[in-house]
Amino acid sequence: MSTPAELQSILLRNARWRPWEFAVWALAFALPLVTPSHALMINEIAIVALFAMSLDLILGYTGIVSLGHAAFFGFGAYAAALFAKHVMPEPTVGLLVAIGLSAVLGAIASVTILRGTDLTRLMVTLGLALILLELANKLDWLTGGTDGIQGLTIAPVLGRFEFGLDGQVASYFTMTLLLVFFLIARVIVNSPFGATLKAIRDNKLRAMAIGVPVHARLIAIYTVAAGIAGAAGAAFTLTSGYVSLEALSFDRSADVMLMVVIGGIGWLYGGILGAVVFKVIQDVLSQITPQYWMFWIGLFLVVLVLVGRDRLLRPWTWGRKA
Amino acid sequence: MSQEIVLSCRGLVKKFGGITATNNVTLDVRRGARHALIGPNGAGKTTLINLLTGVLEPTAGTITLEGEDISRLAPHQRVRRGMVRTFQINQLFASMTPLETLALVVSQQRGLGARWWKSIASEPAVAERAQQLLEQFHLAEVATQKTEHLAYGKRRLLEIAIALACEPRVLLLDEPVAGVPAGEREELLQTVAALPADVSVLLIEHDMDLVFSFADRMTVLVNGTVLTEGTPDEIEHNEDVKAVYLGHGDEINEAVQAVEAR
Repeated sequence: MSTPAELQSILLRNARWRPWEFAVWALAFALPLVTPSHALMINEIAIVALFAMSLDLILGYTGIVSLGHAAFFGFGAYAAALFAKHVMPEPTVGLLVAIGLSAVLGAIASVTILRGTDLTRLMVTLGLALILLELANKLDWLTGGTDGIQGLTIAPVLGRFEFGLDGQVASYFTMTLLLVFFLIARVIVNSPFGATLKAIRDNKLRAMAIGVPVHARLIAIYTVAAGIAGAAGAAFTLTSGYVSLEALSFDRSADVMLMVVIGGIGWLYGGILGAVVFKVIQDVLSQITPQYWMFWIGLFLVVLVLVGRDRLLRPWTWGRKA
Repeated sequence: MSQEIVLSCRGLVKKFGGITATNNVTLDVRRGARHALIGPNGAGKTTLINLLTGVLEPTAGTITLEGEDISRLAPHQRVRRGMVRTFQINQLFASMTPLETLALVVSQQRGLGARWWKSIASEPAVAERAQQLLEQFHLAEVATQKTEHLAYGKRRLLEIAIALACEPRVLLLDEPVAGVPAGEREELLQTVAALPADVSVLLIEHDMDLVFSFADRMTVLVNGTVLTEGTPDEIEHNEDVKAVYLGHGDEINEAVQAVEAR
């Protein structure tokens, strides 16, 4: 019979760091130095990975389907741009402001996802993103309309590290951000709070029946996820020096959902893995067939769904029967 | 047995449009009672449970738990005050193991549900209580298997274990043995019989063997109304109840009208 202490260690097992994780992070942080020519791409991947991780918190861990997560990405991106343009060019402060504002937007928007099914949530999240996109388009005195906000001057990070054209500082800035939020998200999903989220995802009726305040939980995690998505958007603006309507586009919402699905939902590395796979495929394919790369992504998704992720990752099992 | 009333409904009414699903139900459950709620299909047992647990709001009437009016509280607030139910159809967390499930429920019950900055494994008392429950409900050997892979009887046990982990004062058992295969039935009946004595149990059940072996008090519900209430012995020999269970539609209606006319 297991003792309570043994059960505790079984429960801890999920939260424990495994050796390969250290290796992955070490490799990730070494990459911009090893292949400086890919630093810009690494930065880009880290931004969408952070964005995908944010979506996974609500989609994979809480079961909130969102087809408009770019609303928070874009909002954070515009907030950071406007802050840099009108208030101060300091990136760290701009980042924090963007995170805070996106989180506030998330808290307000969370009332739209409290009730309803997957389908209604799909519609309201999509709707919010479209509203923001249209606002950014129309309010051109503020957002620059279709031109976006370009040529921003961003101060060096911590007063020392200037965002150069090579993208090295940018990639370290974004990856640090990714790591910090990864660590926070990891604590959250392994906590009692995180367990109540999974309970809501698995069975909302029973979650209520064990005393979980379902609405309060949904508001909390939606706010957190919006803040993280805003951080990703801000990182995009700060490292590229511009923002455009693309940050709020439907494509961005759809792509991030594809990434989470490709990498695996309800697993913090899923978003990161999905972002890497998606971006690498995009990069490779768009060099081979610039116009038709989406076709190949589509084909890949069909194969992924038909074969299953587990089997796809284990080619040696393909000969066997399922 | 203590005479103290733990749960009390007064004049509970629930109307859905023109249909009265619960009609002026008054019901008292004493501390430590084993109180069975029986009645034919459509008698309004499920509606009554939903009213008690806060899924539905009553059209009229009050519900008091330990002297406090809980008629207008949200479901999760009633759970915190000790009004806990099980479900006729299992409502479990499929992707979690019984250990994870019970650690979660115990954490939530102890007010740690909003704690996001620490691991769920960090509280020794939580693991200790989870372990007790796993043993008590014969779930220890499957504690680390995913719930969706458990045998039906084990899932049924987990269903009740979750409710008990909420530290109920009043436990509503909704057909606890429904659909359990014969081989797994005995284990379940034992655990139901061994529920803590200070927990008042309101049992909804169609299995009359279980009802009569378990209950010390019975309420018969027909067409949303309390037909009669009494000890199992009184109920067994009550002519109205016999008519409801054995008789034809007309006799049921006559019995109900007779009660309503009183």
